[in-house]
Amino acid sequence: MRRALVMCVALGLLAVPAAAADPPQSGVTHVHAAPGTSPVDWGAQLFGANCVTCHGPNGRGLDSRGPSLRGVGARAADFYLRTGYMPLDDPGNEPQRSRVLFSKGELAALVEYVASLGGGPRIPRPQPGQGGLAKGQELFTEHCAGCHQVDAKGGYVTNAVAPSLDHASPVEIAEAVRTGPYLMPRFTGRQISDAQLNSIIRYVSYARHPDDRGGWALGHIGPVPEGLVTWFIGIVLLIATCAVIGKRIES
Amino acid sequence: MRWLVALVVLVLGRMRRRPRLEEPERLVPTGAPDRRAENIVLLLFGAATVCAIAVPVVYVWDAIPNQTQFLGLALGLALACISAACIVIAKRLVVTEELEEEYGLTHPDEEEAVEQLVDESGDRFTRKRLLVVAGAGAGTALGAAMLTPAASLGPVFEMSSLYKTPWRRGVRLVDEAGRVFLADEIEEGTFYTAYPEHAQREQMGAPLVVVRLKPAELRLPDARYGWAPGGILAYSKICTHAGCAIALYRKPTFAPVEPKPALVCPCHYSTFDVADGGSVLFGPAGRPLPQLPLLVDPAGQLRAAGNFSGAVGPSWWGVRRHGPRS
Repeated sequence: MRRALVMCVALGLLAVPAAAADPPQSGVTHVHAAPGTSPVDWGAQLFGANCVTCHGPNGRGLDSRGPSLRGVGARAADFYLRTGYMPLDDPGNEPQRSRVLFSKGELAALVEYVASLGGGPRIPRPQPGQGGLAKGQELFTEHCAGCHQVDAKGGYVTNAVAPSLDHASPVEIAEAVRTGPYLMPRFTGRQISDAQLNSIIRYVSYARHPDDRGGWALGHIGPVPEGLVTWFIGIVLLIATCAVIGKRIES
Repeated sequence: MRWLVALVVLVLGRMRRRPRLEEPERLVPTGAPDRRAENIVLLLFGAATVCAIAVPVVYVWDAIPNQTQFLGLALGLALACISAACIVIAKRLVVTEELEEEYGLTHPDEEEAVEQLVDESGDRFTRKRLLVVAGAGAGTALGAAMLTPAASLGPVFEMSSLYKTPWRRGVRLVDEAGRVFLADEIEEGTFYTAYPEHAQREQMGAPLVVVRLKPAELRLPDARYGWAPGGILAYSKICTHAGCAIALYRKPTFAPVEPKPALVCPCHYSTFDVADGGSVLFGPAGRPLPQLPLLVDPAGQLRAAGNFSGAVGPSWWGVRRHGPRS
């Protein structure tokens, strides 16, 4: 009896990827829901068509393909879908910001479905307007700049790219800070309070178009290249001066 | 000091050039001595010496405000005085004679001529020895000033202070605000900075990174059994390569396909494996990150269970010779 059960489960696991063959390589499979279908049901159909090959039936996860989605909540689902991180071509790749191929309605339905799998946190509603810019820069430097750089243009950790935050919306930033997508650690309320998070988001929005009083921003890549450019200009000026002096002495 | 000056004068006097057999024809026209210019040069060399001596004095004297600025000022003034003295010597004291041809250094006769030229150029000095002594004094003082910052490289012979850390069995872990860490508060997937309670936080051995893994994921050496109660691990926050603060925690969302959890130093990307006791996965660090054994007291608070597994901070000669001490 027990062996039969194991066989059944194994067959079931094998059957699922086969049933949902054609994983979306360069697009997603759209599902047209009949009018009156609840968002959760529509989401379940979309999940079956696009996500189940890695996240498994009912979002339980599959070994070596994708994590369980039970309890991750609307917050993580919304982040990964609205940034285009998911669906991923190959589970071994680092998710990257890409064009969202689901419609708004489909995205909301998927988020509702994932939330229905096991509760979990809701989508945060940050209020960057209530944050302080100076405080935000201080907090960003302390918690985020190690990877994303102080200008929020992105950087590296070993084995991964820390993305630029140029296109991250306030809600996405809040979701990422609390969820910790891919290799990023998540930050709890003890480390970064909601009020502090507002300040950080305000700073990130500011960092996209900072006030360049000094003039030439050099891509905001920091003081080292700025210094190098100054050296370069200085050396050219010195060489030019030497050349002029040399010419005058000759004549 | 007077004896030292007398010795220098004596030595310089002995080194006087040998008298020539016959005085050859002069190449450089004689110039009138210029005592005023000589006084200026002596004054400048004296000022340079005083400024250069001020550098080690300011360096040692920790109490003065803006110490660094004064150091720079003293060194800069010393260099400026020496260069000013050189300018005065060149402009007003050395008789200049332009050569029509290139310096000949191959033919012995020409070599002699050049030597004579150099000798005669210095004819205008009336107090040559005094000037040389002043110049040498300024140069020596400047050399001493330049070497002074080497003292900041750290202890050369006495290394034992580098092994000292504020941790010992029973010290509680507190956060930046001074709140005590409870073991239950430490969550997976994130990292915390902790300090020893009632201790100076600027010490190299003070700051910690605290993370939590699932106990089943740990691969600690057998000798460190029990160092990570409930999967809570504490490491020194100071990178063993160049001493930067380790500010990055790389944690996989889905372990089977993603890189393993690691602490990464943002300066040169030294990457330390948190699961197996801080071994180096990547980067220029030459030693594992020192781990601090932890214990959870009956009140559920996190405390140190001893001292680090190795010396904290950037390596030095013989760093592995001793363990850290409290």
